[in-house]
Amino acid sequence: MTSEQLIVGQTRGMGELIEIAGKTTELAPFGKELAALGRERSDIVALTADMGRYSDILAFRDEHPDRFFNVGMAEQNLIAVSAGLAKTGKIAYCTTYSVFVSRRAYDFVAIAGAHSMANVKIFAGMPGLLNGYGATHQATEDINMMRGIADLTIIDPCDATELKQVVRAVADIPGTVYVRLLRGNVPVELDPATYQFKVGQSTVLRPGGSVGIISTGYMTARALDAAAHVSPQGVDVGVLHVPTIKPFDTAGVLAFAAQYDRVIVAENHKTTGGLATLVIEAMFDAGVLRPVERIGLADSFFECGSQEYLEARYGVDLPRFVRAILQES
Amino acid sequence: MTVTTHMSPKAPTGADLDRLRARAYELRVSMLDMAAGKGEGYVAQGLGMADCLAALYFFEMRHDPQNPSWAQRDRFLLSTGHYSIAMYALLARAGYLDLAELPTYGLNGSRLPMSTFDDLPGIEIVGGSLGQGLGQAVGMAIGLRLDGQGSRVFCEVSDGELQEGSTWEALMSGATFNCDNLVALFDCNGVQADGAIHVQLEPVADKIAAFGWDTVEINGNDMVALTTALVNARQADGRPKAIVMRTQPGSGIPTLERRERAHFVRISDEEWQVCRQELEASRPEVRND
Repeated sequence: MTSEQLIVGQTRGMGELIEIAGKTTELAPFGKELAALGRERSDIVALTADMGRYSDILAFRDEHPDRFFNVGMAEQNLIAVSAGLAKTGKIAYCTTYSVFVSRRAYDFVAIAGAHSMANVKIFAGMPGLLNGYGATHQATEDINMMRGIADLTIIDPCDATELKQVVRAVADIPGTVYVRLLRGNVPVELDPATYQFKVGQSTVLRPGGSVGIISTGYMTARALDAAAHVSPQGVDVGVLHVPTIKPFDTAGVLAFAAQYDRVIVAENHKTTGGLATLVIEAMFDAGVLRPVERIGLADSFFECGSQEYLEARYGVDLPRFVRAILQES
Repeated sequence: MTVTTHMSPKAPTGADLDRLRARAYELRVSMLDMAAGKGEGYVAQGLGMADCLAALYFFEMRHDPQNPSWAQRDRFLLSTGHYSIAMYALLARAGYLDLAELPTYGLNGSRLPMSTFDDLPGIEIVGGSLGQGLGQAVGMAIGLRLDGQGSRVFCEVSDGELQEGSTWEALMSGATFNCDNLVALFDCNGVQADGAIHVQLEPVADKIAAFGWDTVEINGNDMVALTTALVNARQADGRPKAIVMRTQPGSGIPTLERRERAHFVRISDEEWQVCRQELEASRPEVRND
């Protein structure tokens, strides 16, 4: 396989995840789960900054219109109003694109949100290359920015199963939480009967093998696909999923990394300041010295295009994973 | 003590009015003590806000100093966190703080830092990053309306903060969500960090009214105007309320009123003594009636 071939396609409507043949998907898992949670808890309120349709939150509006507030295109105000609601005892779920909340509303997240320990749960839509509208819409440095804020919890879920669990879990995490939101037809990668998200905890999804992949967000699905892809060749790959970026599961990452001669870190984010940086810091500090290969995005601005095109062009697609595993690159 | 629960249907007159003026005077005395003890501070803005704070906490607001987290309290948000000197004076005089703690204002390790943080009982928000207050006030107003307990929100916003775009975002939201339990108090004192305000802000009241707020413009150092405006702002008519207050930096102390650079005041020990004498000369009398 080659990454360089031009993939025929086009930018799709507001970054719905690509459907991969043979994979089950679930439509709008975030909004449906939030609407269900709203049925159980009257303290749940929801807000958006003109991104209701494109963050799947309208299911909540339709069921609980009295507890839904669209502030319009005003991301700073979105966080401020959410924080105000939180300070009256509500749990305020709010949505916009990850790029707008991170780059534009940063000070509000830090002060009105995190510093105040306000129960603001930010579901930040279509991070990284999941948005095909180019650099203006692609949050490729949001983890790096957000992890600079004290007392903020940061979660990058893998799939529909985990996203739904996160919707419920964050209601009980004190303070402000930043979740990278998957929308549209979201693949189901993890078995809800066996997988359980716990904040601050990484999970070994594939044990053993000769090389270990540490990944977060939907890149964990790519890691699992790659592991399955090379398995017929007799190559075994371990996969550690790290959904919580902050607080970081240092012990879990070190225990996993120490088993291997080399480690691959994968994320839908720049290779600087995100998961790879956290992993390398942890390994170096603890003296777990192994070669680390990073799969992720360069320090650059990126083009418009379909998800397949962008993943291939910028080196985060399945072939890239396979080359890293087989050390072909 | 629960200070007031809208007991008065009308703006105060006679001795009630005198007592409110005396409260404002007490706040000024405490502010001057704090600033003199430290030798510097944002005292000019605080003095300008003294009458407004007295009217809110000793006339209009529903609150209980013995129970600062009382769920049914009205909220006051000090958006301009560096007006802390006025807020601490108020909290002490209203019974939230011990007066003996005021001299720690601005000292290392004090609970009373130069800008307000929400870990002090009676402070509702972290107020120092300007432009973040009014949006939070809108959220609180919506949340309290959902609770149905009749609580209201009062939010101070400085004229300098009108230069932050987020303030206008919040103004749009207040009207959009029909926050008639929200009263924004715009402290237009005409100064900011670099001196007199040169940004084209006017006509402030017309602009805010155009954003859908029930707006009135008053002399923010006139207790009759303040209390009348607050009484009129009680209408549950679906519109948020704005009181544009023209305030005098250093109000009550002519020496400070005359200072050109009123944003952050540093003056000598001798001048503080003059200020005290000037303030003492303005002590209001409370008539018997």
